[in-house]
Amino acid sequence: MVNYMPVLRAENIKAYYRLLDGDVKAVEDVTFNLEPSEILGIAGESGCGKSTLAVTLSTVILPPLKLISGRLITEDGRNIFELRERTLRREIRGKYLALIPQSAMNALNPTRKIKDLIIDAVKAHYPRMPKEEISKISMKQFAELDLPSRVLESYFFELSGGMKQRSVIAISSLLNPKVLIADEPTAALDVSTQKTVLNLLVSLRKRGIVQSIMFITHDIAVLRQIADRIIVMYAGMIVEIGSMEDVVFRPLHPYTQGLISTVIVPEPDIKEKVLMGIPGAPPNLKNPPLGCRFHPRCKSAILKCEEEFPPLVSKNGRMVRCWNYA
Amino acid sequence: MTGKVILETKNLTKVYELGLFKKRSIIAVDNVSFNLNKKEIISLVGESGSGKTTIARIILKLLPPTDGKILYNGKDISEFKKKGDLINYWKNVQGIFQDPYAPFNLFYRVDRVFNIIFNLFEKAFSKEEKKKMIESSLEMVDLNPKEVLGKYPHQLSGGQRQRILIARSLIVNPEILLADEPTSMIDASTRVDVLKVFLNLREKQGLSIIFITHDVGLAYYISDRMLVMQKGQIVEEGEVEKIIANPKQEYTKKLLSSIPTLTKKWEFSEKNETC
Repeated sequence: MVNYMPVLRAENIKAYYRLLDGDVKAVEDVTFNLEPSEILGIAGESGCGKSTLAVTLSTVILPPLKLISGRLITEDGRNIFELRERTLRREIRGKYLALIPQSAMNALNPTRKIKDLIIDAVKAHYPRMPKEEISKISMKQFAELDLPSRVLESYFFELSGGMKQRSVIAISSLLNPKVLIADEPTAALDVSTQKTVLNLLVSLRKRGIVQSIMFITHDIAVLRQIADRIIVMYAGMIVEIGSMEDVVFRPLHPYTQGLISTVIVPEPDIKEKVLMGIPGAPPNLKNPPLGCRFHPRCKSAILKCEEEFPPLVSKNGRMVRCWNYA
Repeated sequence: MTGKVILETKNLTKVYELGLFKKRSIIAVDNVSFNLNKKEIISLVGESGSGKTTIARIILKLLPPTDGKILYNGKDISEFKKKGDLINYWKNVQGIFQDPYAPFNLFYRVDRVFNIIFNLFEKAFSKEEKKKMIESSLEMVDLNPKEVLGKYPHQLSGGQRQRILIARSLIVNPEILLADEPTSMIDASTRVDVLKVFLNLREKQGLSIIFITHDVGLAYYISDRMLVMQKGQIVEEGEVEKIIANPKQEYTKKLLSSIPTLTKKWEFSEKNETC
C-alpha cells in the first residue's frame, strides 16, 4: 500500500443552513473515504442530511447553505474546498466529480433537444471545442451505454421516465469523472425501470467510464443490490459505516438495526417477522438534541448519550457512532 | 376470517379521451371485476399508469366509469344521486391518499382537518362531543391526542400526519377504507406504524381495506388477496402467499424479480436494455 490514496476523502465536513433564526445543522462532522472503483451507498431517511452532503461534496454550495469546516481531498492531495472558482469549474466539476441531483430529470429545459443541452454542458468546460466534436463524443457515450442515438435528437418530454434518468446519467458522466454522486436516481421510477437504471450505473463502473460511485437513497434494499459499502446517516451525522453484508445482516448501531428491521420485502418470512419501526420522529436540526442526536428514540440509550456527542469509533472492521461501543 | 361480499366491481371500464380535434383515447381501466369481502384487505398492485388510482377514484365516486358498475352491498352506486344517498355512501367508503402533506394548511393547527368531516352527519354535534370523537379516533390510530392536537403540521412527522388523516376518516365509522399509496411518501421508520394501524383496524373495527400500491412487498405484508394490474387489466389475482411463491403470469414474475430484497443480490447483465 505505497502511496495509496482514496479517490475522495472527506474530513470533518460540517455544513449548516444559515437562517435568520439560527443554523440548521444538516451535516455534522462527516468523515469518510471513497475507495477506488467502489460503489458507496449513503442511506438515511428524509431530512438526515444526505442530499445536503451530496450538494456540499459537489462544491456548488449556495446560500443559505454554508460550509462551516472540513476538507475534501482528491487523489493527488488537493483540498477541493480551497480551490478557486475558476479551477473548480475547469478541473473539478464534471471532470473529477459529477453530481446527479435529486429529480434532475424533472428540471431539464423542455424547449431544447438533448444534444443542445450536452453542447452547453461541455462548452462550460471546454469553451473552444467545436460542436461536431461534442456531438461525436456524446454519440460515442450513448452507444457505449446502449442508449439509442435517437434520444440525442429528442426533447426531454418525449422520453419515458427511465430513459430520461438514464440520459441524465449518461450526460453527467460524459467527461469521464472519477467520482459520480447520484442522489436518489431511482426515486419516482417503477421497479422494472429502476432495475435498468441500476444496471446502467453498474456498467458505468465496469466499463471504466467513472471510477467510483456514491449512491444516495433511502431504500436499503436497492443499495443492497449495488453497493459495496454503506454509510448510514441520521440527523446529519454518520452513525455507521461498513460493508454491505455486515451492515444488513449484523447492524451495530441501534438506528441501523431499526432501519433494517423496517425493510419490507416480498419474502415468505416477512409476515412472521414483527416489524418494529422506530418510535418517535427525527429531530428538528435547528435544535438537535444534545449529545447523541438519536438518543430520544433509542432503546439502548445510556446516561452518557444525553450529554456527549459520541465519536465515530472502529469496531469489528466497521465504524460506528454510539456510546455503547465506544 | 372474511365474511360476505360488500363491494363488487363488474366489468369496470374507464376510457379517457384526449385532444380537441384529433381525438385520442386511453383505456385506463379495462374490464375489471373483483370482490371485496367484509374484514378483508385486498391490494391492487401495478406499475404507474396501470389504472390503480383510476379504480380508486371511480369507487370513491370522484369519476364516473365509462362502462360497468360497482355494487355496494348489492346496490349500484351510480344510482346514488340524491344528497342523502351520496352522504350515506361516503360515510361508509372513505379514502386516504398518497400525500400526507397536501391536506394540511400550514398556517393553521392540524385540528382543522377534522372540521369538514362532521358535515357528513345529519346531526349537529356540540364542541365537546366533536372533541371526544376526535380523541377516540386518534386513539384508534395509536396517537396520543394530547401530543398531536393543537400542533402545526410542520411539527409532526409524515407518519403522524398520515395517521391523523386516517383518524379523520374513522370519525364517520366507515365500512371500507380505500388507501391509495398511503405510505409511499413516509419514511421507513415511521411507515411501519401506519401499516400497523391498518392491520389493527381490520382486527378491531372489522374494516375492509383496498390497499393500492406499487410495492409488492408492502402488498404481501398487509393483504390477504392481491390483484396484479397491467395496462388497465387484472392479469393475476389470488392469495398473496400463492402469488409470491408461485407467480403464474410472465408480468407478475418480472415484477417480482425486479424487486430488490435484502437476502438476494442481483446479477447485472453486460448489456443495458434498450427500451
